[in-house]
Amino acid sequence: MTATIQSPRSGKIQPKYRRSGGSKGNFEMLAWLFMRLSGVVLVVLIFGHLTVNLLVGEGIHAIDFGFVAGKWADPFWQFWDLAMLWLAMLHGTNGVRTIINDYAERDATRLWLKIVLYAATTVIIILGTLVIFTFDPCPVVHGVQLPGGFCPAP
Amino acid sequence: MSAELAEPASKIELPAGVGGGGEIPSFDVTLRVRRYNPEVSEDATWDDFKVTMYGTDRVLDALHKIKWEMDGSVSFRRSCAHGVCGSDAMRINGRNRLACKTLLKDLDTSKPITVEPIKGLPVEKDLIVDMEPFFQSFREVMPFLINRGHEPTKERLQSAEDRERFDDTTKCILCAACTSSCPVFWTDGQYFGPAAIVNAHRFIFDSRDDAGDMRLEILNDKEGVWRCRTTFNCTEACPRGIQVTQAIAEVKQAILSRKV
Repeated sequence: MTATIQSPRSGKIQPKYRRSGGSKGNFEMLAWLFMRLSGVVLVVLIFGHLTVNLLVGEGIHAIDFGFVAGKWADPFWQFWDLAMLWLAMLHGTNGVRTIINDYAERDATRLWLKIVLYAATTVIIILGTLVIFTFDPCPVVHGVQLPGGFCPAP
Repeated sequence: MSAELAEPASKIELPAGVGGGGEIPSFDVTLRVRRYNPEVSEDATWDDFKVTMYGTDRVLDALHKIKWEMDGSVSFRRSCAHGVCGSDAMRINGRNRLACKTLLKDLDTSKPITVEPIKGLPVEKDLIVDMEPFFQSFREVMPFLINRGHEPTKERLQSAEDRERFDDTTKCILCAACTSSCPVFWTDGQYFGPAAIVNAHRFIFDSRDDAGDMRLEILNDKEGVWRCRTTFNCTEACPRGIQVTQAIAEVKQAILSRKV
């Protein structure tokens, strides 16, 4: 098995190494900045969340459906959880995006992994946001209270 | 005619055991060299060479001994052989180093010492890689002084403090040890790489240069500084001791403070 060797120092660059035009815009810079800023905010949000849920008062023993319902009756905790959901999802997605960029070796693999990633992110963010804002601990269906011991009798 | 003049006897009495050339301890060491010859086979293989070397010898000396006395087909680059030209960067025992700056006695000689070409660049033969992609990135950052002011009649003066600002990055010898130690570069070879950024840094922070903004714009590319994951492989690999990761971070900060 023989191969043809190019004349040395031919100045040719293998296609793999050629950069496909400059990407104008600051997306990568903003993504880098977002990772740092959201990381700092998330530390506060997550440790606040853990403290309030697990340490304050009766701590972990107080957590049940009613506890969550009580928290989400307060717009403050609605906003807190919403910020946590969005920041954590975008932070995580961007992290996985860079991992895919770094480790996927074929363009097709890269494309498909990213499609799956963005689809999953979109579904979770939309679903989570809907849950936070439409959450109703005492749903009434066709005029009948659904079973559950939290709600006052109608 | 007198007989040929003999060398006068030394007037200094040397005690036994001092002086002389044969005192450097010698040892046997096995070099496991990565061989690749596309004219013979598409596959790379390992070849072992057992050589007797001395405590003052470097990996490059062992490679010379192999090439000159055992197998002349072993191919590698070297020019100055004293750590200045940057030709003989190779992967020795899994780390990027200059063969001419790595003493054999500092390595574990009880096991074979592996010598491979640097990673991430196309291998041409044995330890020789195609450096063209590496130099292309270097060229793209415009590694030369651009000054739009009037040309001075004498030299362009600079204060000691201004010179100190980019002193570290002037030390680069373009050996590619940093770029070829970077896992992001290994993946697809698209990343500009630490060496190009170091050489951009050298001019971006030079008070005499006027094209810093252009270089920052070039490195703001999606394959530019933002692909750096601060793994510090480059800083560890640099045979000149340049704080490469820090230089990259300074370029990131410069782009940020200019844009935000």
